[in-house]
Amino acid sequence: MIKKKELKKPLDLTTEEQEKMVQDLKTQELQWYKEKTKFKKYRRVRLSRSLGGDIFVAIILIAFGMFSAYPLIYTVCNSLKGLDEIFVFPPRLFPRNITFRNFVDLFNLIGNTQIPISRYFVNTLTITLFGTAGHVLLSSLCAYPLSKHKFPGRHLINQLIVYSLMFSAAVTAIPSYMIISWLGLIDSQLAIIIPAFGFTLGIFLMRQFMNTIPDELLEAAKIDGANEYQIFFKVVMPLVKPAWLTLIILLFQSLWGTDGGAYLFTENLKPLTYALSQIVAGGVARTGTAAAVTVIMLIVPITVFIINQSRMLETMAHSGLK
Amino acid sequence: MEKTMLVQKKLTSRERRQKLWKEIKKSKVSYSMIAPFMLIFFTFTVLPVIMSFFLSFTSFDMLQAPKFIGLDNYINLFLNDEVFLIALKNTFILAIITGPVSYVMAFVFAWLINELPRKIRWFMTLIFYAPSISGSAYLLWQLIFSSDMYGVLNASLINLGVINSPILWLESPQYALPILIIVQLWLSLGVSFLAFIAGLQTVDHTLYEAAAIDGLRNRWQELWFITLPQMKSQLMFGAVMQITSALGIASVSISLLGFPSVEYSGHTIVTHLMDFGSTNSTRLEMGYASAIATVLFFIMLGSNLIVQKIIRRVGS
Repeated sequence: MIKKKELKKPLDLTTEEQEKMVQDLKTQELQWYKEKTKFKKYRRVRLSRSLGGDIFVAIILIAFGMFSAYPLIYTVCNSLKGLDEIFVFPPRLFPRNITFRNFVDLFNLIGNTQIPISRYFVNTLTITLFGTAGHVLLSSLCAYPLSKHKFPGRHLINQLIVYSLMFSAAVTAIPSYMIISWLGLIDSQLAIIIPAFGFTLGIFLMRQFMNTIPDELLEAAKIDGANEYQIFFKVVMPLVKPAWLTLIILLFQSLWGTDGGAYLFTENLKPLTYALSQIVAGGVARTGTAAAVTVIMLIVPITVFIINQSRMLETMAHSGLK
Repeated sequence: MEKTMLVQKKLTSRERRQKLWKEIKKSKVSYSMIAPFMLIFFTFTVLPVIMSFFLSFTSFDMLQAPKFIGLDNYINLFLNDEVFLIALKNTFILAIITGPVSYVMAFVFAWLINELPRKIRWFMTLIFYAPSISGSAYLLWQLIFSSDMYGVLNASLINLGVINSPILWLESPQYALPILIIVQLWLSLGVSFLAFIAGLQTVDHTLYEAAAIDGLRNRWQELWFITLPQMKSQLMFGAVMQITSALGIASVSISLLGFPSVEYSGHTIVTHLMDFGSTNSTRLEMGYASAIATVLFFIMLGSNLIVQKIIRRVGS
């Protein structure tokens, strides 16, 4: 026991030696990052290929790109058209007279509701922020030992996580509802926030990403006398930043679009999606407003993805199943 | 391997238990770290699967205590419930088409855009991935398939002179599944697509050079002998994601085709499950719904495990 403690104490090192160790650690980290980002700079050798093939590929990409983007572009265009132009025959994609009337209408409608729209917005924000933050913290805290420690039961838990990727939430919907009602969470935003903490794809990706951290880095920190929690917060968490950004994007999307479903009944607890879907339910006359609503709900997740695309790809590189 | 086996055999069960206990005590910190997440994971993922399994042998309406009725739910499901058989058929048709097609599509597009210059690659990734993060934006397919002559598809076809009067796309049973397939494919370039793009970028490039020297002739050989084996783990992950979502189609069907859809033409296992088990439905036959959920669970798990076995053979 005494020997161990002596080993852990960094005190008998001179300051120079300590600095050198820190330097070593930093160069190690740097090298690790270089390894990871190497692929970005690489230009790969090209095997012989024909011009015809290239054109064919380009046509396929453009065709499917149009299929993929058309509905979204169509919505954006619709939101900028007046009602008369939306229902013109034959239909045109791009608006002739750009108008922001749909957005103005939307804000007027919102202003007339019994509960101010800001309330719904705050609700969505609360659910999204707390759900995402809690999930990122808990899942990375859990992924760290699953990836780096050896303890009885670890293999079983890892298997369970992989298997749980293999079925969708529909399977567990009924018992989940029962459990949430037993816990007394019905008609509370916690009914959406707490289950979101247990998002399994998130912990899976986080664990896979942590597998790539070299053990030497952690051991070096251990020799410096850090305990596991310190290692986790000071060494591991900064290194897995791309992974938590990915988790944020994935969970953000699903929580941002939640409408409260079967769990929220009180009007001033309901999220934005619910309020906006009520406006859209107004029928044909609201087609333009509906497009405006879709555009507004669309902008946020797509912006988040645009900002974080490269980090997300970095995480997904390690998503593999063995 | 043999040595450790021998050592383990020599230990008596009691010694082994003591050793295990020692290890457990030693890993206290690890357990404290995984505890919070695991508590939630067990409560909302593992426990519900187990509960659903046991409830499927009961008659249960959420008001009275569940009553054990043996296999009755399953017998009714497969022998007396014609709608379930329709749902089963639809789900399989949808899954068999959208699953593999979306999987191949995700890989092929990832592979094609991988060689583009970086900025174009970035843009194409965004375009292909955007539908799957656009939340409820698939509702706008309603406008495209709308049944009056202002629907985009009807209007274009009338304008081109292909048809004279608008077609009731969303109300005709024969169009239900094709429409669901199109919309589902539109939505399907999701997480697995990103995994493929990322995976392609991490393939060891020295292998390509070595192979080019060794005499690989064309890109197809390169793809089959080098790229695919290198990406096996991403391929498996992508398969899991695509299979699970292909078998779980429901909300697209409900919001485009209605609930229930005309002649159950867009009915799937999940919509059938919602019909009996959702708290908004008037049926509240939770035992029966749990039987449906359990069947779905085994279909999803089973098909995933089978496909995993197949993919494991790629390139070997």
